[in-house]
Amino acid sequence: MDLSTQYLGLTLKNPLVPSASPLSRELDTVKRLEDAGASAIVMYSLFEEEIRTEDELFDTYLFNQDIGHAEADSYRPFPDNHGSIIDNYLAHLHQLKQALDIPVIASLNGVSSGGWADHAQEIQQTGADALELNIYYVAADIDESGESVEQRYIDTLQAVNCCLEIPLIVKMSPYFSSVANMVRRLESAGADGVSLFNRFYQPGIDLETLDVTPQLQLSRSSESLLAMRWIAMLHSKVDLTLAATGGIHNAGDVMRLLLAGADVTHLCATLLLNSPEYLETILDEMRQWMEEHEYASIEQLKGSVSQQHAADPAAYERANYIEVLRSM
Amino acid sequence: MINNPIIIDGNHAAALIAHQTNEVIAIYPITPSSPMGELSDEWSSNGQKNLWNAIPEVIEMQSEGGAAGTVHGALQAGALTTTFTSSQGLLLMIPNMYKIAGELTPAVFHVAARSLAAQALSIFGDHSDVMAIRSTGFGMLSSNSVQEALDMALIAQAATLESRIPIVHFFDGFRTSHEVSKIESIPAESIRAMIDDDLVQQHRDRAMSPDHPVVRGTSQNPDVYFQARETVNPYYRKMPETVQSCMDRFAALSGRQYRLFEYVGSDDAENIIILMGSGCEAAHETVDHLLREGEKIGMLKVRLYRPFASETFLASIPQSVRRIAVLDRTKEPGADGEPLYKDVMTALADRAMREGGSMPLVTGGRYGLSSKEFTPAMIKGVFDELNGDQPKNHFTVGIRDDLTHTSLAWDDSFVTDANENVTRCLFYGLGSDGTVSANKNSIKIIGEETDLYTQGYFVYDSKKAGAVTVSHLRFGPDPIRSTYLIGDNEAEFVACHQPVFLERYAMLDKAAQNGVFLLNTQHGAESAWETLPDDVKLRIIEKNLRLYVIDAYQVAADSGMGRRINTVMQTCFFAISGILPKDEAIEKIKGAVEKTYGRKGRRIVERNFKAIDSALANLHEVAIPAESGSSTARKDNIPERASEFVKSVTLELIAERGNQLPVSLLPDDGTWPLGTGALEKRNLALQIPVWVEELCIHCGKCPFVCPHAAIRSKAFPADAAADSPESFKHVKIKGKEFPESTRISYQVAPEDCTGCGLCVEICPAKDKSQANRKALNMEPYTAPLREQERINWDYFLGLPEYDRTQVKWRTMKGSMLAQPLFEFSGACVGCGETPYVKLATQLFGDRMMIANATGCSSIYGGNLPTTPYTTNEDGRGPTWNNSLFEDNAEFGLGFRLAVDQHNAHARVLLEQLRDEAENKLDQELVQQILAADQSDEVGIHEQRQRVAALVEALKALDSPAARELLGVTDYLVKKSVWIVGGDGWAYDIGFGGLDHAMASGRDINILVLDTEVYSNTGGQASKATPLGAVAKFAASGKGSLKKDLSMIAMAYENVYVAHVAFGAKDMQTLRTFMEAEAYPGPSLIIAYSPCIAHGVDLKNNLKQQDLAIKSGHWQLFRFDPRLAEKGKNPLQLDSKEPSIPFNEFADTEIRFSMLRRTHPEQAEEFMRKSGEEARARFDHYKQLADIDYTNDAVLTELPEDK
Repeated sequence: MDLSTQYLGLTLKNPLVPSASPLSRELDTVKRLEDAGASAIVMYSLFEEEIRTEDELFDTYLFNQDIGHAEADSYRPFPDNHGSIIDNYLAHLHQLKQALDIPVIASLNGVSSGGWADHAQEIQQTGADALELNIYYVAADIDESGESVEQRYIDTLQAVNCCLEIPLIVKMSPYFSSVANMVRRLESAGADGVSLFNRFYQPGIDLETLDVTPQLQLSRSSESLLAMRWIAMLHSKVDLTLAATGGIHNAGDVMRLLLAGADVTHLCATLLLNSPEYLETILDEMRQWMEEHEYASIEQLKGSVSQQHAADPAAYERANYIEVLRSM
Repeated sequence: MINNPIIIDGNHAAALIAHQTNEVIAIYPITPSSPMGELSDEWSSNGQKNLWNAIPEVIEMQSEGGAAGTVHGALQAGALTTTFTSSQGLLLMIPNMYKIAGELTPAVFHVAARSLAAQALSIFGDHSDVMAIRSTGFGMLSSNSVQEALDMALIAQAATLESRIPIVHFFDGFRTSHEVSKIESIPAESIRAMIDDDLVQQHRDRAMSPDHPVVRGTSQNPDVYFQARETVNPYYRKMPETVQSCMDRFAALSGRQYRLFEYVGSDDAENIIILMGSGCEAAHETVDHLLREGEKIGMLKVRLYRPFASETFLASIPQSVRRIAVLDRTKEPGADGEPLYKDVMTALADRAMREGGSMPLVTGGRYGLSSKEFTPAMIKGVFDELNGDQPKNHFTVGIRDDLTHTSLAWDDSFVTDANENVTRCLFYGLGSDGTVSANKNSIKIIGEETDLYTQGYFVYDSKKAGAVTVSHLRFGPDPIRSTYLIGDNEAEFVACHQPVFLERYAMLDKAAQNGVFLLNTQHGAESAWETLPDDVKLRIIEKNLRLYVIDAYQVAADSGMGRRINTVMQTCFFAISGILPKDEAIEKIKGAVEKTYGRKGRRIVERNFKAIDSALANLHEVAIPAESGSSTARKDNIPERASEFVKSVTLELIAERGNQLPVSLLPDDGTWPLGTGALEKRNLALQIPVWVEELCIHCGKCPFVCPHAAIRSKAFPADAAADSPESFKHVKIKGKEFPESTRISYQVAPEDCTGCGLCVEICPAKDKSQANRKALNMEPYTAPLREQERINWDYFLGLPEYDRTQVKWRTMKGSMLAQPLFEFSGACVGCGETPYVKLATQLFGDRMMIANATGCSSIYGGNLPTTPYTTNEDGRGPTWNNSLFEDNAEFGLGFRLAVDQHNAHARVLLEQLRDEAENKLDQELVQQILAADQSDEVGIHEQRQRVAALVEALKALDSPAARELLGVTDYLVKKSVWIVGGDGWAYDIGFGGLDHAMASGRDINILVLDTEVYSNTGGQASKATPLGAVAKFAASGKGSLKKDLSMIAMAYENVYVAHVAFGAKDMQTLRTFMEAEAYPGPSLIIAYSPCIAHGVDLKNNLKQQDLAIKSGHWQLFRFDPRLAEKGKNPLQLDSKEPSIPFNEFADTEIRFSMLRRTHPEQAEEFMRKSGEEARARFDHYKQLADIDYTNDAVLTELPEDK
């Protein structure tokens, strides 16, 4: 049985790729994932926000220590050489590349174009097989139009892509008026793939302090249907790689997405909740399903129930409300 | 043209040589020499090697005394060893210096010469310190400039090895140590060539070694000590020759020829002056100028002061000289002349005696104490005096002495022609806005890109919050010898980086005719003119200045730089000044930015670039009208209530006119009045808190946490506020303990608030319908708000203070009704120390005596022009003194002994009088006084009343005993002795004394403001620095645990010991202060004090304390020996076991988190260990606190030994 799939021009031995998450922070965990059968790994993201905060720290506490008092013009030693989040990221990437046989995809998470081009190049030089650009943008400005948000994606992509030889995939959010059109625009702007979809962590309110606090909520299986629909509709209408992400918890989720047309499926929550070895279970179940349903390869089934190939193509477009409600 | 130029300051220059030519460097931080040690430490930690391919060992000691001991030891064990120090530090080294010299040990001590503490401490430059060591046997070699600090450091090192006589190489503190100058570097091969390895080997051969053992440091008897002391004479006789030969060798290598005594002037000069240090440069410049004018004068620079080579000295002076003025930068009260004068006199007199002939007329004078300006005009004044009929001897120059009339007159209008081709620039900036670093950067750019000589000198502030810096920059085609500030009408370029400074500084007095004035203002080119004060307009028109404006804050903000305007203003400077072609300059600024931030700060670089580009676009020239028109005028704010002294002295100091004050106006013994901090009105805040009275729950937390006592609460009867201004807020006080009609007000002092926001941070009262609105909210500090709250504040001050006998002291609300007698200090915005000091003054201020160790708390506590300590309406308040850094516990113990002695004396007299004058003194009154319980406010209040009655009665008695008693009656009322200082004092330099004071068992209260680092001198590690924290001298993280001072103190068992952190548990802090003060023996409060050195924004001060407690970095506890007496465990733990991982605290502070970036593995290990240690320390305290102290549990008999 051939589980291999094409992803950003790379041939992967199967479509299971752990997504950017804390899983990739420990070399040991990553090796366990590889042993469990992961075909590639997306490294945890280099967050623009983190780098920005670090910049501020350096600016305030290293480079501008003077308060104008005669007895001291600084209050901490100024290191001759110091590491940074970027250095650590590159070092970790290097370490992963040394230790693993599977491709390693680096991930940049940010919204502005400043500085990314340099970092992307450094990532390329360090040996990443591809780069995921995770554009995590909350369009909070009431005066910013949808059009300009879309342009922001394109600009960021182009800023990073201009100097890159390795493939680049954009992880995007579902909050576009026209998701399909946006994917096509990204393709035209040079993306080699898109990863559908980014999840936004929603803040909560602490009922004691009344502070607005970040909340970490892991995905649920049902969330994968959102990606499935759009992948099904995009399949064969665009040429770039389609990666599915968000809510992929079991072999069933994986198979549905592949049938809809995904080239790879990204796993995260299920591996955090279970264990890295759970990936092997999913692979076994996939094989079992394919055997039962007499599929010889992933390529054979990929996109076989996409909108283009589905028995009822209109089902993907219907609002579905009525049917869903009736079934209750 | 300078070969291989480098642009550095004097400290850097001396350290460069010291680090390359030594193996061991033992130091201790002290201003202004600290940077030499810091640089050496930095170089060693970066692996920089010395001439022998080894990395010098740099060790920070617990005091300069300790450093000197270590130096002595390392020298005796054969290592080339050096140290750096100044002032009191040098004094502490004296005992070892005698030893080192006595043993003929080669070594160089590099000294940034500084004033000694006498009537006051001063961090600034003069020769008081080096003159105090001239009998130690050390050679003394003086450098007059940054170039010389480099050159002479090397010459000294070579000469000491050859002569075996140790040398103090000194240069003037600040003027040379901190002047940034473009100088010629010394190539490595020249340094190598100057140091003779045979001599190094000889030094090593003389070292102590068990392989060829000797004894040194013996004790000698009358039979030989004297003769043995004379054995060194040949070395001292030979030394001048040796030094000259080193100078000659150096000249052959560098082309710079120095002489022991260097004469500048005409060969047939009749009048000359003699001096040493940086003043020589100004004198050289002046002499050159006067020579060009045809005068027959000269000057002699003394370089080798000890041994004083009389013959060479005499030979250096032209035979024609008839009159000599010798200038000393020191004062020896009571002497008939200062040291250099006397040496000159001796040499001349000796020659006259031996050879006959007449002596020149020699006068001696003092100049330049504590970096007092020494200008060509003053130097000309000295020459003019020499020309007079009867030149004044024992004169002073640079001040106006109307008391003993020592001072010479000078003509301020005299300037030399040396600066004709020099561009002079002045920049007025905020300490925190980066003006100084931008200017240092500009000097570097200009120095590197042109053949111009450069000079940068920076005048700093004595405040920490809102400090003002004035940068004096000179650029010119010839070497710059102007070792004085840019004077009136001299600056071709004046920049004002803060519009508010226009009100405070007459900066355009400095502007030269046709110069340029650059102003940062929010007003555009069209409207800016109208906003200028009248005198500024007048100067601009008078001097035909070109005026440029830029809204630098806007440009910075738009570029994402926040309030950092340095790059913007630097760009404008280059754009206008024309020192470099504009485009080239811009490119260089950008290059410098890139070099600074590099790859890791990509976004910072981009922001800076954006700021640079938009600075050019937003810089506008303002059209100057022909007439000034009318507008606001600069005015001095003279408070009506101020005393004559305050008006004539303090306010003059505040107005920056201290230099003009004559001697007679100044206190002769260093005594100053309290309450002057309130006069400054510095208006630093950008936002101030505004009280929402209906939300307030009257918890008292805001005045408690305020570092500057700028928000207060007051409770008063309703009718007291009947005439309040309309905007004055007050409400009925919550709580049954107050009379029905009592009102309360929380009022901010708008002009004294620094805007730190801690009061808002701590405020627990939130608006139910708007979570971000509290009972206090920060609001923009606008002119109307300022005016309104200024009126309210004045009104608030006039309201009656709450009766201290009615205060419920154990509640926060109650105790915060007490007036702080420590207010508006110059401490940092959000300071972690001052709330403790303020609290102590609220609780005990009216009976407090404070001994304050040198450090931050002595600087914000007692640095002129003002003091934050103040008095209550009765005129009582804390009395404060700073002795030294090292002796503070002993100093405070002395207070206690004296007070107790006075009290005992008073009691004896009282008893005596009672028995003698039975009919006249009220027996019951006497008895009550003698038996008074003064353990609380009521007791103290009643005792004060009784003593007042006693005073009246005594006055009526008119007997000798009564008069004697009248002199000490004050001591019948309790005095609260406080010994205050930082961790550098308590853990390190003053620990021995602290230990002894605690062991004395006397009633003293020791407050250790623990910032875990030497804060005042710039963040050097102390023994209070925690494991893994990065500090200076611990660049790779402190490798040892924080010393547990409390545990040491608890070992005495009769010391009250507590750990507090006001931001984490305020009630525990309050209770601790009250218990400690009430405890009749020694009390030690170790107070956790977040500091800018931690690498945190102090607006998070309270949060950091909370995290410190939660992570176990800091524990809260009280150890009260009184409990043990009652059969209870004396130790009470007030904080819980660590509830968050150590790194959750540590990662929020750069002092810890930086290590993750420089030494990641070590950081990981330190974090792990610190976490374990936090837990272990807690467990240890917990176990101690759990011991059963009841009698039954005490093991009385040991089991029999079998």
